Amino acid sequence: MASQIISLSSIATPNNGVDLDEIMQQKAEHQGCGTSGGSGKASCGTGAGQGDLAPEIWEKVKNHPCYSEEAHHHYARMHVAVAPACNIQCNYCNRKYDCANESRPGVVSEKLTPEQAAKKVLAVASTIPQMTVLGIAGPGDPLANPEKTFKTFELISKTAPDIKLCLSTNGLALPDHVDTIAGFNVDHVTITINMVDADVGAQIYPWIYYQNKRYKGREAAQILTDRQMQGLEMLTERGILCKVNSVMIPGINDHHLVEVNRAVKSRGAFLHNIMPLISAPEHGTVFGLNGQRGPTAQELKALQDSCEGEMNMMRHCRQCRADAVGLLGEDRSAEFTTEAVMAMDVEYDLESRKAYQSLVEQERQATADAKRAELETLAGEQSDVKILIAVATKGSGRVNEHFGHATEFQIYEASASGAKFVGHRRVDLYCQGGYGEEEALETTIIRAINDCTAVFVAKIGGCPKASLEAAGIDAVDRYAFEYIEQSVIAYYRDYLDNIRSGAIVHGQRGDAEIRQGAYIAA
Amino acid sequence: MAFKIVGSQCTSCSACEPECPNMAISEKNGTFVIDPAKCTECINYFDEPQCVAVCPVDDTCIIDNNYPRYVA
Repeated sequence: MASQIISLSSIATPNNGVDLDEIMQQKAEHQGCGTSGGSGKASCGTGAGQGDLAPEIWEKVKNHPCYSEEAHHHYARMHVAVAPACNIQCNYCNRKYDCANESRPGVVSEKLTPEQAAKKVLAVASTIPQMTVLGIAGPGDPLANPEKTFKTFELISKTAPDIKLCLSTNGLALPDHVDTIAGFNVDHVTITINMVDADVGAQIYPWIYYQNKRYKGREAAQILTDRQMQGLEMLTERGILCKVNSVMIPGINDHHLVEVNRAVKSRGAFLHNIMPLISAPEHGTVFGLNGQRGPTAQELKALQDSCEGEMNMMRHCRQCRADAVGLLGEDRSAEFTTEAVMAMDVEYDLESRKAYQSLVEQERQATADAKRAELETLAGEQSDVKILIAVATKGSGRVNEHFGHATEFQIYEASASGAKFVGHRRVDLYCQGGYGEEEALETTIIRAINDCTAVFVAKIGGCPKASLEAAGIDAVDRYAFEYIEQSVIAYYRDYLDNIRSGAIVHGQRGDAEIRQGAYIAA
Repeated sequence: MAFKIVGSQCTSCSACEPECPNMAISEKNGTFVIDPAKCTECINYFDEPQCVAVCPVDDTCIIDNNYPRYVA
């Protein structure tokens, strides 16, 4: 698969689509997407937790891994694939593709009936007590399958009343179902909004099916955007938290997403999640086949940064499958096939779930306290140096994964204002034709974290450490099993000291690659 | 006269089933099929055949030439 092998220099100089300088310029003029509309600052409580969120909002998001970055280190979610039908066609989606080793939205291994889904939820909730959220995200559109979606909600709300229900929709049918959604106490709805301009939309959506008719081109996109905005307004009027997902497609909607951000913010959206286009020829999507590329890591971050201000940006989305199970960085769906679930003798024990979750709360509090204490050591720091740090972790907010076992790295930005989660990079092995396994691993990882100054690991061998050093990345194991954010701040403080003493020279790092395509290692 | 579904292309997404005004579509052996005795090509119901309009795979719901065209 020669197309996967890209030289770092070609990554560092994108030659079409996004112009970073231009986006940064927009950021300066735009002052973080602030608008006069909406209901004040919409925050996802990133970082230390509740922050400035109102108590009733914090209560809704604190255990939802997709709505709170901080929660995603501790709490898990699952999707049930009960909604196969869709009512629109997107150029980044191909419904025929289904591979168990592939992880991206719209893909599942098996479809479930609502009854099977309800049993699966109980089985997973009993096995994974930190699973707090059940979402329906397809593989089509939940609201193009309203009977199946709402039957599933009805069954689960009876048998597992503590589990939060949420759904993710393209929005076309949303205005017709808002009251039913509210009736099931669904607190969280995600709408995928890629444009607010029909000319842009016509390049993303070849057609929609609406009121018994197929619409194409600009007309289709106009109907879709009108329905999405109407649905968003109806949700926020009812106090339902709304996350907006946008797929960043360089050259098509990358600049336009700043405008989308304003439009959804002014209609009360709570959180904006700008995701990179996933596009590879083997997916058989229109964009995959016509060579439309996805953004690089820095292009994505620049756009997210430019939209961050009054409105919080989600950066921890893993673009998971419509049947994903587990923490966001892991997928345990293979443990819960329909066959396995139907054979399980499930007893739903609410008390033991609560007991487990109270331990998680203690851990969470300790993480926040450690971060706060460490942050005090930076008080008065004026430096404008910013560095990125990659972290190998299995969750719980600690540096607790071996370098060689990591399937992803979490990325933190360290600055004088502290440690901030800014993304993640998948590094699972995938087709690298011609490379030896070890070499492939190291080149894959270095490409994925090439913009980072350091990588924190629980343990690392001598060879990969040397390869990383050669690429200018400091491999650090002295924070093994410590809290991530506390460690990031401590490293940053030492880094500044070393610059001042002349021990190191601070330099700009290059860009990094966002992992694309199917991975072949099981 | 009727439409038919090309089984090898059907993704079994079920989108067509509830849209058929004649209840002519059902699931059979993992994909969906149209009962030619019930299909009216949506004539007198809609401007365009609903299975064709909603199907995510082009040229999957097609005219079945084994039957004469439907006459209302």
